[in-house]
Amino acid sequence: MTPQLLIFYVLAALAVIGALSLILQKHPIHSALSLIVVMVALAGLYLLMGAEFVAAVQIIVYGGAIMVLFVFVIMLLNAGVEEHTNFSKLAGYLGVPLGLALTAFIAAAIARSTETVQAAPPTLSAQTTQSISHMIFKQFVYPFELTSFLILVAIMGAIVLAQREK
Amino acid sequence: MEFLANFLNGHADLIITLVKIALLVFIVLTVNAYLTWFERKVVAHIQSRWGPHRVGPHGLLQPAADGLKFLFKEDPTPAGVDKFVYYLAPLLALALSLTSLAVIPFGPDPITVFGRKIYLSITPPELNIGLLVLFAITALSVYGVALAGWSSNSKYPLLGGLRSSAQMVSYELALTLSVVGVLLMANSFNLSDIIRAQARHPEWGLVGWNIWPQIVGFFCFFSAAVAETNRVPFDLPEAESELVAGFHTEYASFKFAMFFIAEYTAMITVSCLCTIMFFGGWLSPFPASWHFTHYLPSVILIPFGAWVVWDGLRYETIWGRLVLPVIGGVMALIGLALLGLPGVNEYIQAPFWFLAKVFVFLFVYVWMRGTLPRFRYDQLMSFGWKLLLPVSIVNVIVTSFVILLRSGWK
Repeated sequence: MTPQLLIFYVLAALAVIGALSLILQKHPIHSALSLIVVMVALAGLYLLMGAEFVAAVQIIVYGGAIMVLFVFVIMLLNAGVEEHTNFSKLAGYLGVPLGLALTAFIAAAIARSTETVQAAPPTLSAQTTQSISHMIFKQFVYPFELTSFLILVAIMGAIVLAQREK
Repeated sequence: MEFLANFLNGHADLIITLVKIALLVFIVLTVNAYLTWFERKVVAHIQSRWGPHRVGPHGLLQPAADGLKFLFKEDPTPAGVDKFVYYLAPLLALALSLTSLAVIPFGPDPITVFGRKIYLSITPPELNIGLLVLFAITALSVYGVALAGWSSNSKYPLLGGLRSSAQMVSYELALTLSVVGVLLMANSFNLSDIIRAQARHPEWGLVGWNIWPQIVGFFCFFSAAVAETNRVPFDLPEAESELVAGFHTEYASFKFAMFFIAEYTAMITVSCLCTIMFFGGWLSPFPASWHFTHYLPSVILIPFGAWVVWDGLRYETIWGRLVLPVIGGVMALIGLALLGLPGVNEYIQAPFWFLAKVFVFLFVYVWMRGTLPRFRYDQLMSFGWKLLLPVSIVNVIVTSFVILLRSGWK
């Protein structure tokens, strides 16, 4: 077992355990912390693939900014422990079979292509800062600018909604 | 024995890195301890007091006494805390702040020990995302403070934690944007490359540093960085007069010490970053042709040692009259010995200038603590969002425009 593979398994296990814990934890802060573990484990996986910039940005944006906002809102609302409700009929008749079907589908897809399932080789086009900036600011500059515009509109909408009286 | 030799040869890089980590952590913790002494002394003298002077001559053993006190104090866990998060928060704060020092390069050239090149940083010098790693750690270090405030199940820590999350998220934007100018000029995220880019001409010395073209960026960066480390005048998360002690009110004993060490380590990291980004890192401020300045690191020790001897001989306690002259004498002797070893002199050039600049920034931190009042919360927010952020954006635009003009609109 090469060190890379070992690190991959450790990070993958961390990500899966974090994701499970995110759903199973009863307290919202604990769920948010589990999600941070998932984000950081994913950043480690990106680093393993040689995508340094993406890994760092994953931690800065997702692990840092976005999750801090989640934690901040949970703290501000002082959300308590989640209440357990009864299993809804919709979930029982529709959700569980569909979920099982999806799991079986993904498992089948993975099982059919055993030899290609491994940590991706470091030949991704989006590796370095330079190639990513070329992609964002040259190849996909219009989608990128449109997305920023969309986010700007969303921010303005939030401000308008929050500003109740003048 | 043979097995040991094989193991050492096979895992040399791993072992060297582990030794470097242990050494760095040891040095940083010691520096932290004496930074508290330095801070108390300087602030005391600013306020016409003596500061610590009971434990050891000039209070020099005060950090050791403080450390012992932290270890042996009772460590109560308040009722109703979220145990896991309550214990996690100080660990997270300390671990992240110590990790951030791993990417700092303290010198350009590798030292050769037993035929192996050893670089003066824990991460390899070709790490291309050095600065991004630091920002990633900064982004995560909010959690230590925020979670400590939340998990304590007490109103003052919660308010402190909320304030700090809001403050750190707000100032992170300005912090990140203010260094874009430096990155544009250096064309790299690599900290060593950023320093090398500032050696524009061997004869320019300190004229070539980034501080001159990026002076606006520097002020934005330093203000935002001080806010990120929760220090005066941005120390609202732990404003004593309104929040008791802020986010760490419910922490005692060594858990409190962990927050304390984390804060001081963050100060050291920020000082290192200012040095690297704007003040030429390990570069000497003098032109390369002034060879005599190479002796400065060792020459400076001699008068300082002599002064310590002179001061020690007049010290009021017998203990001080015995110890201080010995320390001073050893310092002066080391200085003299270094003068006679030109090779060593060349080796300590880079680390000396780096650490000297870092020390100046640490002094500025303490100086600000002794002189500046604290911001009000709304002033803090409007300063961050309405002044720092726009100014750093304008700095990015102007810098990129100038670089574009100088490269001829290519």
